[in-house]
Amino acid sequence: MFDHTTAPFRLNPGYRLQYEEAQQCQVLLYPEGLVKLSDTAAEILGRCLEPITRERLIAELQRDYPDADSLSDDVREFLNDARRQDWIVAAED
Amino acid sequence: MWLLAELTYACPLQCPYCSNPLQLPASRKRELSTGEWLRVMREARKLGAVQLGFSGGEPLVRQDLGELIAAADGMGFYCNLITSAIGLNEARIAEFREAGIRHIQISFQGSDRETNARFGGSDSFEHKLAMTRETIRQGIPLGLNFVLHRHNIHQVSDFLHLAEGLGAEFVELANTQYYAWALHNRDQLLPSAAQLEEAEAAANRFRQRHRGNMRALFVAPDYYERRPKKCSNGWGTTFITITPEGDVLPCQSARAIEGLEFPNVRQDSLENIWRGSSLFQKFRGTDWMQEPCASCPEKENDLGGCRCQAFLLTGDAHATDPICELSPEHHRVGDAIRAAQAHAEAGEDAVPLLFRNTANARKLATAEA
Repeated sequence: MFDHTTAPFRLNPGYRLQYEEAQQCQVLLYPEGLVKLSDTAAEILGRCLEPITRERLIAELQRDYPDADSLSDDVREFLNDARRQDWIVAAED
Repeated sequence: MWLLAELTYACPLQCPYCSNPLQLPASRKRELSTGEWLRVMREARKLGAVQLGFSGGEPLVRQDLGELIAAADGMGFYCNLITSAIGLNEARIAEFREAGIRHIQISFQGSDRETNARFGGSDSFEHKLAMTRETIRQGIPLGLNFVLHRHNIHQVSDFLHLAEGLGAEFVELANTQYYAWALHNRDQLLPSAAQLEEAEAAANRFRQRHRGNMRALFVAPDYYERRPKKCSNGWGTTFITITPEGDVLPCQSARAIEGLEFPNVRQDSLENIWRGSSLFQKFRGTDWMQEPCASCPEKENDLGGCRCQAFLLTGDAHATDPICELSPEHHRVGDAIRAAQAHAEAGEDAVPLLFRNTANARKLATAEA
C-alpha cells in the first residue's frame, strides 16, 4: 500500500481531467461517472499529471498563491480524500 | 450526460436475456456510417455529453471501431467499450489503447466454460479469460460483467474468485433485468427469492474476506424490491441512446413502449431532438404522472419507476411501475414470480429458453403476424 505523504503520486491514469463548457467547470471523468471539481481541487489535480510529491506540490502552490491562508493543511486534507477515492495513485518508479 | 452508441445489433452470441429488440435487426447496410457517427458524437459533445459507451450487439463487429474511439477521445469523450470480447485480440486492444479507450467491460455468461457456452451460445470462455488478462497487461482499466439468472446465480462466489485471480478492478454482478429477450424468457430465467438471498450473501461474504483492490457491485433484479428503480436517472435528463440505424431513445428499452415516435439523427440534429422532440419531453419531470404517483411524497425519488416496465407489465406507460407495492397492479409482479417458480418445478425443459438469434427473431415475427 503506497503512502502518498512520503512517496510520489500522480493522477490516476484511468481518470481524465478536463474543462467542460456545458458545466462551466473542471470535471474528473472515470469509468461510468464524473465529478465536478472546485477551482481549488482542479488546481491541485492539474499539478498531478506528472509524478509529484506532496511536499513539492505544497511548495509550488505556496509559491503561486502566496496570499492563501492555511493552504498546506487544506492541500493535505484534499490529498487524503483524493487518495481514498483513488483519484491519485502511486507514481511508477 | 451519457451517450450510449449501439453501433450494431449484430452479435456472435445468442444470450436469451439480450436487451436488444425482439424484432429482426435491420440489414447492416442501414447502420449509421462512420461519418454519421462522427457527426452525432460531435453534436452530443456540444450538448454536454462526456461519457460515451460503445455497445451493441457486439461493437467489435464494426471494423471502424478504432477510428470512432480515436475521434471520440479527441472530442473530449471518456470512452468505454462494452463487449463480449469475441472479436478482440492483442492487436486490437493495442489499437484501442492507442486510440484512447479509457475502460473496457467484458461480459461473462458463466463462471466456467460449460455454463458460459450454454448461455452465450458460443465456446468463448478461454478467449474471454485471455482477453481479460491481455487488457489488464496493456494497462487499460477493466471491469467484468456477470449476468445473473436462475441457472448461474449459484456461481457468484466462483465468479468473484475467478475475477480476482484475473486481476480485475471491478466486477458487476448484474441480475438480468426483464426487458426484450429476457422478458420473453422470464419464466425460465427469474431466480427465486432464496436463490437471490444466497447470491447476495455470497457476494457479501467475499467482500468481507477479501479486502483487496477489487470492487464488486451486486445489482438485484427489481422484481423483489418494494420500490421501483428510478427511470434512467430521469427520462431525458442524463442518457441518450442511439440505435444502429440512428433512432434516438431516452433509454435502451424505450422502443418497447408502443405508440411513441422515435426521432432519427438522419432527419434532425441531436440538439433539436434532445430539447424539442415530443419523445424526450414526454416523461420529463413529474407532470405526466397519474395516481398513486402524482400525490406520492416519494415521487421525486424514483419518478414513478421505469416507464418501459410500466408499459410492458400494464400496457400503460403512464402507470406506476408495478414493482412499487403502492401500484394497483403490483400483483402482476407476484404472479410473474409464481409463474417462474411453477416453471422451475415443472422441469426446465417444459418450455425451452428462446435464444436470441435471427432464426428465433423470425419465428417470433411470424407468430405475431
